Parts: sequence; C-alpha cells; structure tokens
Amino acid sequence: MSATATTVRPRRRPPRAATGSPMLLGHGRLSRVLAGTALAVLAAVWLLPLLWAIATSVQSEQDVASPGLSPFKGPLTAEAFRRILDRGNVTLWAFNSFLIAGLVTLITVTVSALAAYGFSRGTFRGRRALLAVTVAAIMVPPQLLVVPLFEQMLLFNLVDTYAAVILPQVVAPMMVFILKRFFDGIPRELEDAARLDGASEFRVFRSIVLPLSRPIVAAVAIFVFIGAWNNFMWPFIVTNDPDLMTLPVGLATVKDAFGIQYAQSMASALLAALPLIVVFLLFQRRIVDSVATTGLGGS
Amino acid sequence: MTTIAPLGTGRQAGPPGTRADGRRRTGHRGTRSTPGSGLLFVLPFLLVFALFMAWPLAQGLWMSLTDSSLALRDTAFVGFANYAEAFSDPDVWSSLGNTVFFTVVSSVPLVLIALVMALLVHSGLAGQWAWRLAFFAPYLLPVTVVTLIWTWLYQPDIGLANQLLGSFGVGPVGWLSDESVAMWSIAALTVWWTVGFNFLLYLAALQSLPSTYDEAAALDGAGAWRRLWSITLPQLRRTTFLVAMLQVLASLKVFDQIYILTKGGPNGSTRPVLEYVYDVGFTGYRLGYASAVSYLFFALVIVVSLVQLRLFRQED
Repeated sequence: MSATATTVRPRRRPPRAATGSPMLLGHGRLSRVLAGTALAVLAAVWLLPLLWAIATSVQSEQDVASPGLSPFKGPLTAEAFRRILDRGNVTLWAFNSFLIAGLVTLITVTVSALAAYGFSRGTFRGRRALLAVTVAAIMVPPQLLVVPLFEQMLLFNLVDTYAAVILPQVVAPMMVFILKRFFDGIPRELEDAARLDGASEFRVFRSIVLPLSRPIVAAVAIFVFIGAWNNFMWPFIVTNDPDLMTLPVGLATVKDAFGIQYAQSMASALLAALPLIVVFLLFQRRIVDSVATTGLGGS
Repeated sequence: MTTIAPLGTGRQAGPPGTRADGRRRTGHRGTRSTPGSGLLFVLPFLLVFALFMAWPLAQGLWMSLTDSSLALRDTAFVGFANYAEAFSDPDVWSSLGNTVFFTVVSSVPLVLIALVMALLVHSGLAGQWAWRLAFFAPYLLPVTVVTLIWTWLYQPDIGLANQLLGSFGVGPVGWLSDESVAMWSIAALTVWWTVGFNFLLYLAALQSLPSTYDEAAALDGAGAWRRLWSITLPQLRRTTFLVAMLQVLASLKVFDQIYILTKGGPNGSTRPVLEYVYDVGFTGYRLGYASAVSYLFFALVIVVSLVQLRLFRQED
C-alpha cells in the first residue's frame, strides 16, 4: 500500500468541466459514437443489478416469484419495506453501524493525526524506528489478527461489547502514513512564527496544521468510515448478541430467514446500501479526489 | 480533536520528553526554535498499536507453536508441529489453490475492465458525474448487500441470470451450486463490486498525464487507436503495475463474500485459505493450528508483495 501513496499523486487538479481529453478520440464522428455506445453498455451492465434489486423491492412477494423478464409484474407496493422496518432489527443494526463506524472514525482520525504530527515534527529518540515499524505494519492483513484478537477479547471479557467491535479497528498505520506525508509538506515557517509567540506544540497542531490539512483529514475520515461501515469479518466474529450487530453482520445472520421472500431481501439490502450512497452523493468530488491523491481505500 | 485525554491539557502537554535534548534551557515555553520531542503525540497510537496489533501478532505467532484450543484451557508447546501438519494437509493445499485461482480470474478483469472504463470516461463524453457514479457505486456497498443482491440474481429458477440465459435457450446454470461454475460466479460478483476503485485510480492517472505527446502525435496525423497504443497506454504502465499489485494483494485475502454466499461449497470448491483458517479456528476450535496456517499465508502475502515490488522497481 505504501507504494500507492507515493506514486498516484496528481497534485494538480484537472480542469473541472471537461475532464476528458477530446484529443484522445480524435474528431471522428464514428469513434465518438462507438465510445459512447461502449460506455453506455458498460454502465447499463453495472447498474442492472442495482436497478433489478430496486424493482424487486417494490413488488409483492407473489409477483416477484413469478417468472418473466419484465421488471414489474404487478402493482408497485412498499409492503416489503414496511415489513422490514416493522420487524425493527434493521433499524437497530443501522443505529449500531452508525455508532460503531462513527466512533471508529473519530478515534482513528484523532489518534492517527496526532501520531502523524508526532512523526512529522517530532525529534524524539526512536522516531525513525517506530515510523519504520508503522509503515511495515501496513502490510499486515487484518485477517491475520482475528484469531489472537478474539482470544484477547476473551481475556479482557469484552466479547459481545461495542468496545470489542470498535477498539481493534482504530489501528490504522496506513492513515498515519498518509497524514504524515501530508504534514511533511506543510511549510514550517508558519508554525515557527506561532511557536515564537509562545504557542504550545499542541496548539500549533490544532490551530495551524490541522486547519491546513482539512481536505486530507476529511478524505481519511471518509475512508475510515466506509471501511468501518462495511467491515464484516471482525464484527461478525466478536458479536453473537443480535442487539449489538452491525448492518452487514445482522443481515448476514438473517439472510437465510428471508428464504424465498426476495422482495424483502432486496428491501433490506437497499436500506443497508442507502447511507453510503448518500455519503457518496454528498462527498463525491472529495472521494474521487482522495482516491486519486492518496490511493486510499483498497482495504 | 479537543478531547484527547493525554493532550487535552494543551499547554502543559507542549513538547514533552525534554530529558535528553537539553533545549529546555530557560523553562520558558515556546522559545524553542525546534519542536520538542513529540513523543506524547505518538503515544495514543503506540498504545493502540501495541495492544491491538503488536500483541495479537506476537500472540498469534506463539499460538501457532502450541496446541491452543477454544475448547481446552491448557495449552502445550508443540514446536513446529502445526506448521509441519499444515504442509501435509491436503485441505491447506486445496484452499490455497482456490485462493490462487480466484486471484487470477478476478484480478485480470478487475484491471482490464477498470482500464477500459477509465479510458472511455476520460474520452470526454458528457455526463462524467453519472458514469463515475455507475461504476463506483457498487464499491460502496457492504458485502452483505452485495451478496443479497447476487443471491437473487443467481437464483436458479427465477433469478435474472438464468432467465436471461433462458431467453436465448441456454441453461439453467447452477451459478453457486455447480462446482465448476461457483468460483467464476463469485469472481464475476467481485469484479462488479470492486472494479470502481481501480477505475478511479486509472481515471486519476489519465487526468494527470501531460497532453503534449498526445497533441504532438495528433498534429503528426496519428489516429486515435495509434495514439492510444503508442502513447497513452505506455504512459499508464506505472499505474497498471500499481493497480495490479494492489489488486493481487486484495484478491489473495478473499473471504467475506465467499463465506456468506457458499460457505466454501459446493464440496469445498470455493473455500479460500482464509476461510479454512476460520473453519479450523472457530468451528473446529483449533486456534493453534489456525494460527499456523494464517502465518504461512502471511508469509505468502509478503513474498508476493516483495516480488511485485521488485518488478515494480525494475520497471522504473
């Protein structure tokens, strides 16, 4: 992962409106039509599963179960959504997901930004060695830690608690590395002036470095949130109590209970998908830019 | 940012660890021209790192040398017995084979389709925003949502996939129940789900390419295909290496979607090595053996990354 951060880093923003280069296609009408068709077909293929799921979710179970390629086989109904929401556990799991992903994001960003600043500006002994260990830790697949972490949670008596779900997710060496690289690029003259004025190191961090780093901190926060929201294996292993489950875990446990009720199955999937789609629509440019500038997110 | 326990007191926290650097001559805060040690800033991270990364790493390594079990509290040191067992365990080899197979059949389309998508979107057609959303949206879905949707698409009788094939007189296909098809079905789902990330990496790379070569070639009368092959694609070599490298590492770690969709079935044909670790550790209770297998897997991941890094360096 470290290579990502170093190589794909177009600092320069592409022009906003026409992001493409018309040169690439030449001015031939034919090539434009071909490219447009190919793009439309690809996009249609990519959207089809989602559209099919939406169409399924707004029909009655009987209509869904009848064969035929028509997306709508009967009158539209919100019955499936009503049933899912009435059962209540999806809303509870959504709450858990928001709480857990929110806290993971808050703690991870705080801890990582502080560490990144310490690594960037600090002069303490062992700084280089600790930084090297942190960078090396980017390579560790989280799955490797699952078995011993579970033992550890047994030892701490934390199995089936929010703490057990949250705490192991806050270690993010990749984020420390990305933030540190960014902090390294901030000119120190600004800070030195503040230091001369008697500002403490923490104050310099809070009132000078952090405000200058808002885009990258936001990018890190968004990706930590997406990662935590979508995390499956660890929450799945460490929670047995349905009241503590996150959306992905809860849905996986009741997946088979839907049986042949595909309208409800799709309705629950769409409810779980909605929050991140909204996040994407709100932060689209930032997400796209941050993938570009940091190579983040390939978990 | 204001509520971090050890630093919340701001002023006193200052630059700590003044022991060796002797910069604190006057005891007058803020007159130092270089920041102090900064160790306190790193401390919270070191704490969680030690607890939830270093400890489990060491613990796992130790466990892999014992017969540790979820069922028994007494554990005995067994040396490398677990590792020796793993090497002669046919299930390790078959699950490793499945992982490698998945990695190949998922990584190739995940790189190529992402490239095609990025080239097409970059070609400057209207509606950038909509294309990006179409290709990237699936990446934002939690794994369970993806598997719910695809379970429905792959449904044998009335699922969309078989109905589409049926309208051409083909099928029905046992997408998840046929041993020779199931892994392909999972790869297809994975391509749909995660290609958007690679697409964004490519798109970013394309947008940062200097247009001068392309323009010069166009002035010299080179056609669009010619310029694509001789200018744009060579300029993307670095990005392709990078995308492929990240993709292989990500694909090797496949577990979630397979576990939810098929639990490794039918007949173990889709069980990846990480699911074998899970099965042995949490279903079979053999934590020691599970740790040994996961460390062997980690070793493989490191070897693959080092080989790739080497190739990457040579390319430069």
